[in-house]
Amino acid sequence: MARTTRVLPGFGLALGLTLTWLSLIVLLPLASVFLKASSLSLPEFWSVVSAPRVAASYRLSFGMSFAAASINAVFGLMLAWCLVRYRFPGKRVVDALVDLPFALPTAVAGISLTALYAKNGWIGQYLEPLGIQIAFKPLGVMVALVFIGLPFVVRTVQPVLEDLDTEHEEAAASLGAGRWQTFRHIILPVLLPALLTGFALAFARAVGEYGSVIFIAGNIPMVSEITPLMIITKLEQYDYVGATAVAEVMLLISFALLFVINGLQAWAAKRTGRDR
Amino acid sequence: MASTRQISADPSARFETHAATREAPWVKWTLIVLALSFFALFLLMPLAAVFAEALRKGWSTYFAALVEPDALAAIRLTLIAAGIAVPLNLIFGVAAAWAIAKFTFRGKHFLITLIDLPFSVSPVVAGLVFVLMFGAHGWFGPWLGENDIKIIFAVPGIVLATVFVTFPFVARELIPLMQAQGREEEEAAIVLGANGWRTFWHVTLPNIRWGLLYGIILCNARAMGEFGAVSVVSGHIRGETNTMPLQVEILYNEYQFAAAFAVASLLALLALATLGVKAWVERRAGGARRAARDGASS
Repeated sequence: MARTTRVLPGFGLALGLTLTWLSLIVLLPLASVFLKASSLSLPEFWSVVSAPRVAASYRLSFGMSFAAASINAVFGLMLAWCLVRYRFPGKRVVDALVDLPFALPTAVAGISLTALYAKNGWIGQYLEPLGIQIAFKPLGVMVALVFIGLPFVVRTVQPVLEDLDTEHEEAAASLGAGRWQTFRHIILPVLLPALLTGFALAFARAVGEYGSVIFIAGNIPMVSEITPLMIITKLEQYDYVGATAVAEVMLLISFALLFVINGLQAWAAKRTGRDR
Repeated sequence: MASTRQISADPSARFETHAATREAPWVKWTLIVLALSFFALFLLMPLAAVFAEALRKGWSTYFAALVEPDALAAIRLTLIAAGIAVPLNLIFGVAAAWAIAKFTFRGKHFLITLIDLPFSVSPVVAGLVFVLMFGAHGWFGPWLGENDIKIIFAVPGIVLATVFVTFPFVARELIPLMQAQGREEEEAAIVLGANGWRTFWHVTLPNIRWGLLYGIILCNARAMGEFGAVSVVSGHIRGETNTMPLQVEILYNEYQFAAAFAVASLLALLALATLGVKAWVERRAGGARRAARDGASS
């Protein structure tokens, strides 16, 4: 590696500060999870993390996160498309408010969604006669996760759409392609990596989400308990080892998702870079 | 004149004025109606419901809920936690961005991934790690007990959890920005005889001020609104270790809905203010970028 003389000062100080702070606040605390969980033998660990109630929570967390991220992929793409391609009244306000789930504390979102979807709520009162219950049911979990995940899809797709060259679309049109054909064969392939990245980001956030979900979920064992709640439940019973075992599973899943997301982002950068 | 400027200010004009890149009006309006209905259902209504529920029993109940001693204590604790966490992560973020953006070294990408790590950890796990370290049964628990230091179920634990969850915000805004700006300007200043701090204050800081502000407001919003991580370490002691989001939870679980939503409405106002400043910063930064580009091309 060719080493050029550094003109700028402060490298040692800045990097030292960064590594120290990173180790103290993030790395050491996270390592404590793996240390604590290692006090269990492998069969013990397995019996904790595969207990029926915990397994039911994985099914709920992953199933609802997947459903919510899918809904967000469709409507997030639609919203990003409208924001980039069309002029309509109130657009600037809509664009700014898309980030609301990033800025609104999750507990506030949680109680507000519960109030909306309860039997007598603004939305719940119309669903009740149709036999659809959302608050305090597994569907409630999904509604909260849709709220939390929307900006991830919009904000990853939007910049790619903005940078899209119109040449390919014009070429397609001059060759007689309809708008749908052009979208399907020209635009969607370029958007796909960004769309999948947005989906994965929304999914990853949804799996770990706590605040917005617990109010609306009802938290019925085996039915509407999410995995982060299992950690809380075990902690409240002073079962630190059990809580840590479930936390370790969640951490490993987070790391796997982080790996996938990094791969998707690299793919997205390559695809859009080549097409530009 | 004003109208042409307005059209050129909206980049979507370049798509809508060409037959090859626009859809039939019915397609356009169907998409807009669908997208905006979804937006209204999932984003606008929850926001509106916070204020509607808060004011359901009138303004006097609303204000009474906000000046209640436990609510005031929660507001104070939230301000303290954010007031410590944000400056700490600001210093860290600037240092990290300086090291990563202005120098070449091995393992840089891995370091960036590690900095982003708190974003991919569930808030509940973020709280748990500090219980494992400093709780009564944690690694340092016995020592802390002997010396009568309380971290978990006390204010230091809340601050630690808040620092953890807001760790990446400033760094991740600044790193790409400072990488894009390169290091020529700083190097010129150093060569001309300025020292490191002078260079930072007079060359780097003016260039990154919008990104810095952006990072700070997002960091602050998360610090004040964090629920899961803080909930694990707080112990929920009324008037002592409850932050605003935890106060919302307690009131809500006690069926004091109007009071819960009153405190929640303050947090919602904070969110709206955050988004307002964010939009303003984006326009300023975007304008500066456009001006730089136009200046370079002319």
